[in-house]
Amino acid sequence: MATLRKPKEEMQYILATDTGSTTTKARFFHKRDGEWRFLVAGEAPTTVEAPYEDVTLGVRNAVREVEELTGHKILSPDGSGIVVPYDGKIGVDLYCTTSSAGGGLQMMVAGLIKSMTAESANRAALGAGAIVMDVLARDDDRRPFQKIKRIRSLRPDMILLAGGEDGGASAHVMELAELINAAEPKARLGVSYELPIVFAGNKDLRPQISDLFGRKFALTIVENLRPVLAVENTEPARRAIHELFMEHVMSHAPGYTKLMKWTDIPIMPTPAGEGMAMQLIAETYKENVLGVGLGGATTNVYSVVDGRFVRSVSANLGMSYSVTNVMKEAGLSNIMRWLPFKLDEEDVASRLMNKMIRPTTIPQTLEDLIVEHSVAREALRLGLEHHKTIATRLKGVTVDRSIGDVFQQNITETYIDMMSIDIIAGTGGLLSHAPWRGQSLLILTDAFQPEGITKMFQDSVFMMPHLGILSTVHREAAWNIFDKDCLVRLGTCVAPTGAGRIGDPVMTVELEMPEGNIVKEEMKFGEIKRIDLRERQEAKAVITPHKGFDVGEGLGHKIEGTVMGGIAGIMLDARGRPLYLPKDDAERKQFLLKWFDAMDLYPVDELKELA
Amino acid sequence: MTSKKVSEEAYAYTPGLKVKRAMAVTKARRLPIPGEVCVKKGDEVDYGTVIAKTLVSGDPEIVKVAAILGFSSKPADLPAYMKKKVGDKVEKDEIIAGYSVLFGLLKKWVQSPIDGVIELISTVTGQVVIRGLPIPVEVDSYIPGKVVEVLLREGAVLETNAAFIQGIFGIGGESHGIIKMGVESPNDELTQDHIKAEHRGMVLVGGSMVAYEALRKAAEVGVSCVVSGGIRHNDIKRFMGEEIGVAITGQEEVGLSIIITEGFGRMKMSQRTFDLLKSFEGYNAAVNGSTQIRAGVLRPEIIIPHGATGDSAVEELASGMVPGTPIRVIRQPYFGAIGKVANLPVELQQIQTRSRVRVLDVKIEDGKIVTVPRANVEIIEE
Repeated sequence: MATLRKPKEEMQYILATDTGSTTTKARFFHKRDGEWRFLVAGEAPTTVEAPYEDVTLGVRNAVREVEELTGHKILSPDGSGIVVPYDGKIGVDLYCTTSSAGGGLQMMVAGLIKSMTAESANRAALGAGAIVMDVLARDDDRRPFQKIKRIRSLRPDMILLAGGEDGGASAHVMELAELINAAEPKARLGVSYELPIVFAGNKDLRPQISDLFGRKFALTIVENLRPVLAVENTEPARRAIHELFMEHVMSHAPGYTKLMKWTDIPIMPTPAGEGMAMQLIAETYKENVLGVGLGGATTNVYSVVDGRFVRSVSANLGMSYSVTNVMKEAGLSNIMRWLPFKLDEEDVASRLMNKMIRPTTIPQTLEDLIVEHSVAREALRLGLEHHKTIATRLKGVTVDRSIGDVFQQNITETYIDMMSIDIIAGTGGLLSHAPWRGQSLLILTDAFQPEGITKMFQDSVFMMPHLGILSTVHREAAWNIFDKDCLVRLGTCVAPTGAGRIGDPVMTVELEMPEGNIVKEEMKFGEIKRIDLRERQEAKAVITPHKGFDVGEGLGHKIEGTVMGGIAGIMLDARGRPLYLPKDDAERKQFLLKWFDAMDLYPVDELKELA
Repeated sequence: MTSKKVSEEAYAYTPGLKVKRAMAVTKARRLPIPGEVCVKKGDEVDYGTVIAKTLVSGDPEIVKVAAILGFSSKPADLPAYMKKKVGDKVEKDEIIAGYSVLFGLLKKWVQSPIDGVIELISTVTGQVVIRGLPIPVEVDSYIPGKVVEVLLREGAVLETNAAFIQGIFGIGGESHGIIKMGVESPNDELTQDHIKAEHRGMVLVGGSMVAYEALRKAAEVGVSCVVSGGIRHNDIKRFMGEEIGVAITGQEEVGLSIIITEGFGRMKMSQRTFDLLKSFEGYNAAVNGSTQIRAGVLRPEIIIPHGATGDSAVEELASGMVPGTPIRVIRQPYFGAIGKVANLPVELQQIQTRSRVRVLDVKIEDGKIVTVPRANVEIIEE
């Protein structure tokens, strides 16, 4: 546990950084009049790679920008780092950082059965903020020599091995351990240090595992992550991964030994910080959250459903470095279905290839912007699909089924049910830099297809990882800043499930606005309407779905409650679920134009010219 | 304390691709794991000189001995059946375990599937691990030049005076060949008609485009590397047989390396690049199509050793744009336009997307002044 250098109640200044793969982002916070607020941001290129090979140079540059913008000195004059605590003139009271530079934390996981312990090990590693390079299991359809070849070709930062209930399977788990041992996996950073292995399997095997791995690897043994089949206990493994990330991985990355001495809290992988921010939202609102970090290289999806936190990472879905992989996985036609104008396939593909090779460029034309927004919808859609394969019920556990479940096939693999998601929160460059926030609202809606009544958030300036790591030691400050300066209320999406024909009645919505006036809308199938309701305002709502449609209380059942306002206001979405998108090209383009217009998404005249 | 307005835009700066007539090019040549360095400081090396070598431990083979001999429920008994012990060398088909009872009436033997060494006899699983023979690994020089530093047990740093051209994207790994101009002008497309049998082993330079059919012909002929300004997405996809997902390339085995200097689509090769390559026609060049955009940008390269000294090889770690800096626009609507910085407004400006961003005014080749986001240009390093 971290030792803070000043009591929390006496703190005035906090500095948090995130050393990303491209940019190091510093965020500076200040307590004024009893309230913590975000003050300024400073950014500089990350300096992990050659020719710099010292992460602290980038941190210094980003912090120097903060100093220049505020006039507040933070760096020690002798160049030894950051002055902590604040002495009345210079410094900050707390410094913390997250990191994904140099590829972040890359892990390989292994478990006995693919759908049981291997799946739990995968969830534990992902929850700790890792990119999982491969999941090995006894039943993964690969022959031993294929597995060995694969292990030898990977250079993970760490391996997590699970398998067997306590007192259960042992020989098969040891077979897997012997296979890993025989493959002699090498660590990614430096060949001279021992690769960390975390064993979180059958506790009866600890002596044998120690004998086997003890001399060649840096072995850590933690509690079994599936002590019995019905229980998944990922927390001890997750904690061990974080500690080893600091001790073994970070200490071998250029400049990190120095950076570790500067920080008051252990360095955390960026996605772990982002995940904590999502948990902070869920805990504060006491609601189910689906969060997403749409980055340049990867897409992280987080869910907190009934208190259970799960993260998935789609390592090659992103908006710059990986933009062509979105094209590869989604297919060009799926990207182009979101375009309201005609473009040649080769033209779109070349644009995306050019974005991949020059990832820092930004769209200058409206046409280019809409192409990127179309890719974003597909990246998010695929990210959520992937997430659903991770956020699953524990397999191997008997589920009580009612006869109704059997007929209605209610027991699905994933427990992510969009109707039970109360909040969707997005972060990442494309969403943050959208010229108008309403664009983020529609992109998130089209991709995730929220059902019922869903609050929509996004971050203002990228600082979820910063606030996530801060929340581990100073929750109050983190939430203060989060609420006031980070979390942008986009608005609320009201979307019934069901299908119909164009023009069929879908729902009647009555809103009692803050000024007391009543707004009543009759929504027809295929329509979107936007109602202005500002941030931090609420309206009382009575939503009556027509026969065949459901907003959360069952088919045709009325729902009463309050809806949250936001920058984009209230979006009434009567496009049905699954979302109706005409197959005919011309018709689809017309509908897209109508929807964009209803949401005031893009400049109308320019858009008409393109169409 | 003063608080100023903060820009939400990340600091965006696209370093230019190098197109240098003469510079000292250094290359660190490293083994993946420690080994023996075969050169010493001051040595002159040629293409293909072995710089360092090592042995990687052989592939293991796992043999389920207890299961084969029929006592998998009692793996602890395994040592009693072993004919070899840990550390023993074994040859392929040599007996490693088994039994023979009743004067040989009942017998069963387990043979080694490979040449190797017994590494583990597990009394927990009943498995035996045999480590295969070590695999030799070498790293060669890639470029001719002088050894300027020996990296203990890893390799060496080589230096050569050469022309150095970076591309924007490439595929295929390291090779070398004589430079041959395939077209007359940087506007020309390199077609299959330009490619002849005598181009085998050469670095063939095109202009604005190279299509699938030309790439196929180049691979058939045995061209070492094709250099082109642009390429269509569909052509490279067809040639590779799959969509390019992430920009990490270099391992493709498609018969040749490809280096694209400008981008995707039809793109006139920069006159400077074309002229430089033309001036070295007939020279031997080392080429590498490997590209990695994320984390430590790696661009494809053409190195033409010529011995003449030029600029320092020291990286320009911090250089920026000033009025007059030559730049290239790298995104629509002026993609490919070349010009000079005319003005660098300090204030954020609204562009067509309605974003407010840092921009610059560029005087492009036809004399027109256009405004583009600063993130959408790259400096042409002269």
